[in-house]
Amino acid sequence: MDVTIKDVEHIAKLAKLNFSDEEKEKFTAQFNEILSFMQKLDELDTSKVEPLSHVIELENVMREDVVKPSLPTGDALKNAPSKTDKFFKVPKVIER
Amino acid sequence: MDWNKYEAVIGLEVHSQMLTETKTFCGCSTKFGNPPNSNVCPVCLGMPGVLPVLNRRLVEFAIKMGLATNCRITPYSIFARKNYFYPDLPKGYQISQFEEPICVDGYVEIEKKDGTQKKIGLVRIHMEEDAGKSIHDQGKETLVDLNRCGVPLLEIVSKPDIRSGEEAYLYLQQIRQIVTYLGICDGNMEEGSLRCDANVSIRLRGETRLGTKTEIKNMNSFRNVERALDVEIDRQYLLIESGDRVKQETLLYDADTNEVRPMRSKEEANDYRYFPDPDLVPVVIDDAWIEKVRASQPELPMERRNRYMREFSLPKYDSEILTAEKEVADYYEEIVSGLKLKTEAAYKQASNYVMTDVLRVVNEKSVKIGEFTIRPSQLSRMIDLINEGTISTKLAKEVFDEMLRSGESPDSIVEKKGLRQLSDESEIGKVVEEVLQANPDEVGKYIGGKEKLFGFFVGEIMKKTRGKANPKMLNDLLRQKLDRLKN
Ligand SMILES: [Zn+2]
Repeated sequence: MDVTIKDVEHIAKLAKLNFSDEEKEKFTAQFNEILSFMQKLDELDTSKVEPLSHVIELENVMREDVVKPSLPTGDALKNAPSKTDKFFKVPKVIER
Repeated sequence: MDWNKYEAVIGLEVHSQMLTETKTFCGCSTKFGNPPNSNVCPVCLGMPGVLPVLNRRLVEFAIKMGLATNCRITPYSIFARKNYFYPDLPKGYQISQFEEPICVDGYVEIEKKDGTQKKIGLVRIHMEEDAGKSIHDQGKETLVDLNRCGVPLLEIVSKPDIRSGEEAYLYLQQIRQIVTYLGICDGNMEEGSLRCDANVSIRLRGETRLGTKTEIKNMNSFRNVERALDVEIDRQYLLIESGDRVKQETLLYDADTNEVRPMRSKEEANDYRYFPDPDLVPVVIDDAWIEKVRASQPELPMERRNRYMREFSLPKYDSEILTAEKEVADYYEEIVSGLKLKTEAAYKQASNYVMTDVLRVVNEKSVKIGEFTIRPSQLSRMIDLINEGTISTKLAKEVFDEMLRSGESPDSIVEKKGLRQLSDESEIGKVVEEVLQANPDEVGKYIGGKEKLFGFFVGEIMKKTRGKANPKMLNDLLRQKLDRLKN
């Protein structure tokens, strides 16, 4: 299935990005190229292969439930473009 | 209009906040009420280049919950990223489980008012992290506190087996009892430790396909869930009956007006583009781990209720009230185990004292029963004193009030206030004699057939003994004397 300009617009919207019409055209073409490249994999018979969710062969990497020091609030807020002494400040959001 | 030809189909999603010490993927404290943005670190702030590491206790809690709700524990489960943008979610995705959740295919049993039992199926229980908190009501900007961001949750998803607001209420109550008995969640819905969203549709009875569903959010108490669902079921029913159609949408419940109203719908809101989180490796749970958790499972609310009916011969009503909260049940059992005279009557007495006197004061003062002034051992002793004949139930009331005031032991209260019951036959006999002599007219009338006056004599004798005469002894002696006078 080909990627259309609509798909690109949808993905851009989900990513909260704005593109010019030109860029949208360009991405549509690029997406299609990437997908057709990936379609090469369809030539392999994977019917007897278990789905793989992770490439590293590790499991059960866990930690004990023990409190570690957190960051000082001032440090946590340091990168924020807008803040009070205790809070991050963002443009008003109404609902989710 | 015939309501009965329709049935409601309801599924609930419950988010339960876990009582772990630390967050899901970092060592930040989960403690509630700390200053804003003080329980945060590079991991839960979503800084680039950090690696989340799973909290082992969360996995244990999930297994506990799965076992308690008859789920199958998945031997191999993975985490996924749920992608969306919101200021309280700094990473731009929530780590959750999508494919391969940790528990699947369970059920919870509810019991309706008419005593019929019903199983509500569970599709799945999965682990995920909470988002932070946005504070909206200050000026033009929104303030964000990320202390809650990353706090572990279990999401419990029911099958669409619920048919009414009442059933939803009972189901939630069961879930709440189970998580609090397991000690994995404090179960407080008003404070958001338990949150509930509902999917509702209606269909003609006998129809197997599902109707168009709506989702209801913002129901922050058990009663609100029941009321919101009833309101929504009626709304859909009226829509369909008037030839209209139900629109698939998300609704918010307004408790003040008892109405549901559409949330401004966010376009493409449900495109979360889940994919396995490459930062987190699979969780593999073998039988040994499951069995270890199973061995540490506490008795669950329904089991405990049934045991109270069996072991203490309590009525179902009592058993339900006593086991509704684990702390209350523990309190009751401590009284029972402290009793010297272990009889069914004493078990019932203990139940009465807890259900009426103790819970009344606990609710009035809104204290936790664990912090209640009167300790279970004091009540055991008080009940023993009644059953040994040292104090009457009437005087026990005074002992109870004094324990509540001073916290003293029943024995010292009985001594100090001279509440000891008068159980000496000759002494009571003397008072009976005095009272009869002092009231010759009444005695005459009694002999003449006015037997109601018996109560009058009892009252007079009690007055003279300041309520301390052993009532049974008093009754017997009085009757003997009056009978003798009659003949
Ligand atoms: Zn953290």
